[in-house]
Amino acid sequence: MGWLNAVVQGLLLGGLYALFATGLSLMFGVMRIVNLAHGDLAVVASFLALALVGGTGLPLWIVLVVTVPLFAVLGYLTQRVLLQRSLSAGPLATLLVTFGLSIVLQNVLLELFSADTRTLDGGSFATGSFELSGSISVGYLALATFLLACAALIGIQAFLSRTGLGRMLRASSDDRETASLMGADSRHVYGVATAIAFATVALAGLMFAMRSSFDPSIGPSRLIFAFEAVVIGGLGSLWGTLLGGMVLGVTQSLGAQIDPALTLLAGHLVFLAVLAFRPQGLLAGRTA
Amino acid sequence: MTLLSIRDLTVHHGQLRAVDGLGLELERGEVLAIIGANGAGKSTLLRALAGLNLPTSGSVHFAGRDITRLPAHRRVAAGIALVPEGRRLFRSLTVEENLLTGAYRKRPGPWTLARVYELFPWMPGRRTQNAAQLSGGEQQSVAIGRALLSNPDLLLIDELSLGLAPVIVRRVYEVLPGIVGAGTTALLVEQDVAQAMRVADRVHCLLEGRSVLQGRPRDLTAEQVEHAYFGIGPVREGRD
Amino acid sequence: MTISETLTGRAAAALRVSRAGRSSKVSAVVMAAGAALLAALPFLVFSTVTDTLVNLFVLIALASMWNLLAGFGGLVSVGQQAYIGIGAYTVIALADLGVQPYLAVPLAALTCAVFAVPTSWLAFRLRGDYFAVGTWVIAEVYRLVVVRIDSVGGGSGKGLTGLSGIDQTLRGALTYWVALALALATIAGCYLLLRGRLGLSLMAVRDEETAAGAAGIDVGRAKRLVYLVAAAGCGAAGGVITISSLSVNPDSIFSVQWSAYMIFIVVIGGIGFIEGPLLGALIFFGLQQLLADYGSWYLVLLGAVGIAVALWLPGGLWGLVRGRTGLSLFPVGYLVRRPDGG
Repeated sequence: MGWLNAVVQGLLLGGLYALFATGLSLMFGVMRIVNLAHGDLAVVASFLALALVGGTGLPLWIVLVVTVPLFAVLGYLTQRVLLQRSLSAGPLATLLVTFGLSIVLQNVLLELFSADTRTLDGGSFATGSFELSGSISVGYLALATFLLACAALIGIQAFLSRTGLGRMLRASSDDRETASLMGADSRHVYGVATAIAFATVALAGLMFAMRSSFDPSIGPSRLIFAFEAVVIGGLGSLWGTLLGGMVLGVTQSLGAQIDPALTLLAGHLVFLAVLAFRPQGLLAGRTA
Repeated sequence: MTLLSIRDLTVHHGQLRAVDGLGLELERGEVLAIIGANGAGKSTLLRALAGLNLPTSGSVHFAGRDITRLPAHRRVAAGIALVPEGRRLFRSLTVEENLLTGAYRKRPGPWTLARVYELFPWMPGRRTQNAAQLSGGEQQSVAIGRALLSNPDLLLIDELSLGLAPVIVRRVYEVLPGIVGAGTTALLVEQDVAQAMRVADRVHCLLEGRSVLQGRPRDLTAEQVEHAYFGIGPVREGRD
Repeated sequence: MTISETLTGRAAAALRVSRAGRSSKVSAVVMAAGAALLAALPFLVFSTVTDTLVNLFVLIALASMWNLLAGFGGLVSVGQQAYIGIGAYTVIALADLGVQPYLAVPLAALTCAVFAVPTSWLAFRLRGDYFAVGTWVIAEVYRLVVVRIDSVGGGSGKGLTGLSGIDQTLRGALTYWVALALALATIAGCYLLLRGRLGLSLMAVRDEETAAGAAGIDVGRAKRLVYLVAAAGCGAAGGVITISSLSVNPDSIFSVQWSAYMIFIVVIGGIGFIEGPLLGALIFFGLQQLLADYGSWYLVLLGAVGIAVALWLPGGLWGLVRGRTGLSLFPVGYLVRRPDGG
């Protein structure tokens, strides 16, 4: 029976969705910015990795290890140079700026790389799998992605709860002004939040690129997955985001079992249902 | 030794001139209370000292250094800490995490987490509780502790008594001598005049952004304070 | 007379409150003349010109609707393409049932308003920026649902029936007039809507929502009304797009690209002013024609300019003009003057 397998695949996919969603959730929690270019950043990371692999001939895993920190730096710079300005430019500015960024990124990628779909070749690792039991096979890549996503989430959670800077990030999202009274430079705090967001979405994008194809225009759909995971899980909790990601992943997987064309729609409908009947999300409420 | 020197300070709150040409000096080790009616400019003054409202004109010198336009997040390192009006604890953090945010800048000094817990003996038992679950008086104590952990030379306290029962207010103020004794100077804004007169070494009364009366509590008569507070009748400076 | 009557009477005598300044009255005459000229164009110029202008009118209509939503209603939607799509497919479906496509356009508007009612109930459960992404998701859902309906062409789209019998030149002219009527209707609609009580309510809400609610304004109802009107307008535009291109394709009609156009036209032209979308559409249109050979770079330029304007010129270009000259072609505010003209 493929149903159990579908659930397992969905759970593993959920880790990836949660990783996508973390950055979105963090930026909204700390800065009240919904980054509409969030998905496109993942695609940029994929194309960057593709170009690096093609241009330098380095093995994929080295490129991955280089790209993620690079995106962290890019995130910090983007916040200090662009987003910080938008925060003081009026209520619509952040939305408009990130939307503009999304359009710019998509079309630059389109001009540079054309609309052809690509994949990141993960080699035999990406396509290999092992049997968990009779009907359930788990891909190495899928498992690695899930474990990596969980590790990242645990790491971020530890950073937020155990370190002074992490604590300040949480404090800034509660009350930016009082956090500045404690000596926190909000520009730096926001920069760190954006850096984490960019790094996680780059990682997620690269993992995704290895398991399915990508092209310049799929950014928005990634944004939508991230967004749905956050809403389903509930704002304000990383574990809620993981749960939301897994619910979305399982829903899509089960939908695909019924009819492959239903994959996306199934996820959207569950999202709408949560929105209709439990808008605060499944794991709602702010927790320390 | 003069720790804080304010000269001809004007601070706007929106379009309103909340602090109007104010002058004030604060000596190291003393407790200065600023009293006045609502809208007299007291909180705006503290916010300007904390760097949250930048003054329009005038100057603020702290330990000999001009800090008039120093951004808020640099004032902690300079030695100024504000206990904001309404406590303003971080709602998603625990008591202990709230306290630790005060130590973000790791300024050296006598105040440590352990010492703050000595000052407020009930606190260690509630350290893992979410700050939002505490009562008003408890939150006020945490807010003070949080400010202390930045080891300030100057502690600014804004409207401590706001929203608290008088007996609680009195109990919270009991820690003040211990704080000052450890080397911190305190500048407090207080609505409760009697309470202010009880704890302060000196008092300034503000009216419409200006200081209209100042002196030691024991040198000021109730009538003088009343007149200054409401802006009625002749106002005279107390003996200093 | 009561005291309040005396006081208000005296106040009324001391001040003159009017809606329109001199500039608005002059411009009203000029615009009426302009509209008449535009209507006469099919008789004056080649059909290539009028065909191109159809696209401009559609952009003006869409941008006006987005401006109504975001600039006046405070609702930033990135999902209006849902209604463009529904409107387009309504025309296709009605044409298949034998309805004259030109008449189907107002029906498309109505259909969209109907769909907007339950949609708004869902979408309004999200606040602020999350509302924006929510509308985007909803548009995606509509697309995914429509693609499954084989009778309107499924994933590959469908051609428009019902116009094949008409002479090509006449068809071009009729499409042009419908598009012109759409643009004029959306502008006029915005103007009339915002001049009235709804406009005052919305501006109060935009400035200070809690206070507006406390003053008795039904904030939810005002926003919902704006949402329905915008849905109807976008639906009509979708219908006109279908009539103009004689077919519909789900991926392009439900594309978020439409939102990109709307948003940037309004942001660059001037958000919160009725004149903004007009100015922005003209600029965008010009850009599109100028950079037609450069592929997607015009979109990159559009995005970059949009970012720059959002950061440094929040009132857009019209805001700049208005700030410098006080010009107002569509006055929705109030002018308070002393009788001596001060």
